[in-house]
Amino acid sequence: MIKAILIFNNHGKPRLIRFYQYFAEDMQQQIIRETFHLVSKRDDNVCNFLEGGSLIGGSDYKLIYRHYATLYFVFCVDSSESELGILDLIQVFVETLDKCFENVCELDLIFHMDKVHYILQEVVMGGMVLETNMNEIVAQVELQNRMEKSEFVFISRM
Amino acid sequence: MPAPIRLRELIRTIRTARTQAEEREMIQKESAAIRSSFREEDNTYRCRNVAKLLYMHMLGYPAHFGQLECLKLIASQKFTDKRIGYLGAMLLLDERQDVHLLMTNCIKNDLNHSTQYVQGLALCTLGCMGSSEMCRDLAGEVEKLLKTSNSYLRKKAALCAVHVIRKVPELMEMFLPATKNLLSEKNHGVLHTSVVLLTEMCERSPDMLSHFRKLVPQLVRILKNLIMSGYSPEHDVSGISDPFLQVRILRLLRILGKGDDDSSEAMNDILAQVATNTETSKNVGNAILYETVLTIMDIKSESGLRVLAINILGRFLLNNDKNIRYVALTSLLKTVQTDHNAVQRHRSTIVDCLKDLDVSIKRRAMELSFALVNGNNIRGMMKELLYFLDSCDPEFKADCASGIFLAAEKYAPSKRWHIDTIMRVLTTAGSYVRDDCVPNLIQLITNSVEMHAYTVQRLYKALLDDISQQPFVQVSSWCIGEYGDLLVSGQCEEEDPIQVTEDEVLDVLEGLLASNLSSPVTRGYALTAVMKLSTRLSSVNRIKKVVSIYGSSIDVELQQRAVEYNALFKKYDHMRCALLERMPIMEKAAANGPTETVQTNGEAEPAGLEPKHPPTIIQPANQANDLLDLLGGNDVVPVISTAPAMKPASAGGELLDLLGGLSLSAPTPAPPIPMSQPPFLLDGLSSQPLFNDIATGIPPMTAYNKNGLKIDFTFERSNTNPNIAIITIHAANSTEAEMTNFVFQAAVPKTFQLQLLSPSSSIIPALNQGPVTQVIKVLNPQKQQLRMRIKLTYNHKGSPVQDLAEVNNFPPQSWQ
Repeated sequence: MIKAILIFNNHGKPRLIRFYQYFAEDMQQQIIRETFHLVSKRDDNVCNFLEGGSLIGGSDYKLIYRHYATLYFVFCVDSSESELGILDLIQVFVETLDKCFENVCELDLIFHMDKVHYILQEVVMGGMVLETNMNEIVAQVELQNRMEKSEFVFISRM
Repeated sequence: MPAPIRLRELIRTIRTARTQAEEREMIQKESAAIRSSFREEDNTYRCRNVAKLLYMHMLGYPAHFGQLECLKLIASQKFTDKRIGYLGAMLLLDERQDVHLLMTNCIKNDLNHSTQYVQGLALCTLGCMGSSEMCRDLAGEVEKLLKTSNSYLRKKAALCAVHVIRKVPELMEMFLPATKNLLSEKNHGVLHTSVVLLTEMCERSPDMLSHFRKLVPQLVRILKNLIMSGYSPEHDVSGISDPFLQVRILRLLRILGKGDDDSSEAMNDILAQVATNTETSKNVGNAILYETVLTIMDIKSESGLRVLAINILGRFLLNNDKNIRYVALTSLLKTVQTDHNAVQRHRSTIVDCLKDLDVSIKRRAMELSFALVNGNNIRGMMKELLYFLDSCDPEFKADCASGIFLAAEKYAPSKRWHIDTIMRVLTTAGSYVRDDCVPNLIQLITNSVEMHAYTVQRLYKALLDDISQQPFVQVSSWCIGEYGDLLVSGQCEEEDPIQVTEDEVLDVLEGLLASNLSSPVTRGYALTAVMKLSTRLSSVNRIKKVVSIYGSSIDVELQQRAVEYNALFKKYDHMRCALLERMPIMEKAAANGPTETVQTNGEAEPAGLEPKHPPTIIQPANQANDLLDLLGGNDVVPVISTAPAMKPASAGGELLDLLGGLSLSAPTPAPPIPMSQPPFLLDGLSSQPLFNDIATGIPPMTAYNKNGLKIDFTFERSNTNPNIAIITIHAANSTEAEMTNFVFQAAVPKTFQLQLLSPSSSIIPALNQGPVTQVIKVLNPQKQQLRMRIKLTYNHKGSPVQDLAEVNNFPPQSWQ
């Protein structure tokens, strides 16, 4: 099970936070800070697996992360997930974002946080992997966006 | 009221903030605006406001006042509203808030909505944060959706079912019928989530597990299709067809095949196929291989397959990619218990990983290395591990040091090696070792008698270099205190003896006492060491001075010791020698292993039959306070660690009392000797190579000759300590009946010390057919005339016989 998905930038500012297990708000922020602290220390040529920090849970949990340009994508998982598989999943997720936003960059994530959530919702649900086929995900997101747009009245909603 | 600003605007504004305080101010202003907008029950802009609220929540600001608004959004008819409403519910709500129950009805309606995306949203929300009450209410709906033909909904329903099962395990049976044709789906998304659902059910219930075993052939078929199907663009990831599904299926196969022969057999072929055909150049291929290896190791696979799996792991270890190496090390750690030999083959690669720069890999490699250490490779491995200890980060040092100690204890090839290794650990990582290693090490040193001179010399030399590592300093000062005389007399056999004067030794100890680096415990050790040297060296005056200085030390512990030692010099000088004698061999408090008497005797008779096996000395941790315990304990010359006989030494014991005390009660079993000692144990029986075999010209004598029992004494001198005389008694029986349960006991005057080793037998055969021998060691520091009182008990012709005798006719050479 995936316990949490965190995306933050090189300075630790959160860009997307999704917890699949309940944590109180201040706990969540603390976890973000601690994770950033652990991950930012890592050199670029070491492995992408870290034993989980003390806050997010005991020895069963690992942090699997990937660093793309200015963003860290961190998945906190337990032992039921395959570590290498999660690495691939992160890659699939990022490529999906790329397709949806056309050459995605950090600004896209910043200004369209809700859209990123919707995309993530099609990939991971309840801490479990839902769909890994990129085209399928993109297609479904597109359809839903179109539904939203069709409800578009004179005033723009968001 | 003007229209609330858009989310985009808000984000832009917040980004212009230069300080945290500015940002907080902006957020607070906007929060207030949002709150008043909520109060106005504005339907048009509610979704916008909630979106902004969620953004602020992500940055860490309070957003709980939006919870009810989310519910209102969910109840709305518009898709836009529902979308953001459900997202808000998932982010802001959880089962701890009562508010969430209000969602139940909405979700129920939405699960039956005409639009599949609305249904999807509802399923998603239920699957993420549904509480047990909600799950109970809505399980039926989910189950219905699990049977639908719409693949989009079906896959979501499957994951939602997993969540329901997790929250309310009793509902698992409800989903059983729906799983019947889940695997016949074509859609990979549905297949994937179905496998997840099946996995969850199998993990939770053994009944389900046996039920689903019949699915193994189907799963194997699906996997086969995936591998053989060739290129299919929609599922392709770097050239492999849907690796995620392959991994999931392999995992389910692992659970189904574990412990079951038939299923395992059905899987063997496909596993072999996957293992050999998968491309390993990219991460995806390796992910599949990794999963395959884990499955092979877990099920009852044939040995050829297992070897294949370990070899794949070995190849992984050589891979350049760090992730692969990490993953390989992790799985090798899991398999090292079961397939030890196979993993041993890769030992050199694993040891190389110790030198890797990556912290995670180093840790895994260290754990694995410790698991691989055995008697054959101990020397080589230890070299590597010591090198690792030198260079690793502090966070590893404690674990590494403990691991090294354990491994050294189990597999040390020789005492000298063992002591060298421990000293090396102490000098390199001395501050990180655990507290109990100091007493353990001291016990080890005491037990290796012939290494005393070597040990103390090396410790002394190392101490000259560095006195900052406390455990090391403690051990060294203890040893110098005990064996300082060996140090000064330059008796080391193992390496070139160094010239050390008494003053230099005392200088070092005084330096320890005075240094700021020494902890109070270390100072205590040093002071006691100084005191012990008063009986071993000749600079007693200097020692007296040192001790009296510390009589006024601020540290209470130190002061107490100094005062008591002072008293020892002044009023109790006659006891000083006895008190400060060499420590006897200490046994470990916890017996680990069967208490065989095989070690001490040719025969494996249990301790009960041999009341001669006296209680062993169990010396507690060798804090210097134990000196005083010596009075109540036993003063035995520390030589071979067979079960030493004790003279319960009361400090003014009369001979007779001692003998009486010797008919001992509960004999405690002989202590298990550490495995590295076998050569010595057997030697205790027959000729003792430690001792001077060649008779030094001391004539033998007959000590006792009555009723057909004749006891002769032969003498030798120990060459480790000239004050020790070794007497071997030979008991022969000239009668026609054998003497059974023969027990020989001896007592000597109080200036002597006696150690009685175990006899070769307790049965003296008749007609002088084979004498029983037993070794007595006598320490005679004051060179007084040796006298001995002996007591003999045995059974002869069915009746017990007991006799006392005094032996006075010892040849002068035996005690001079």
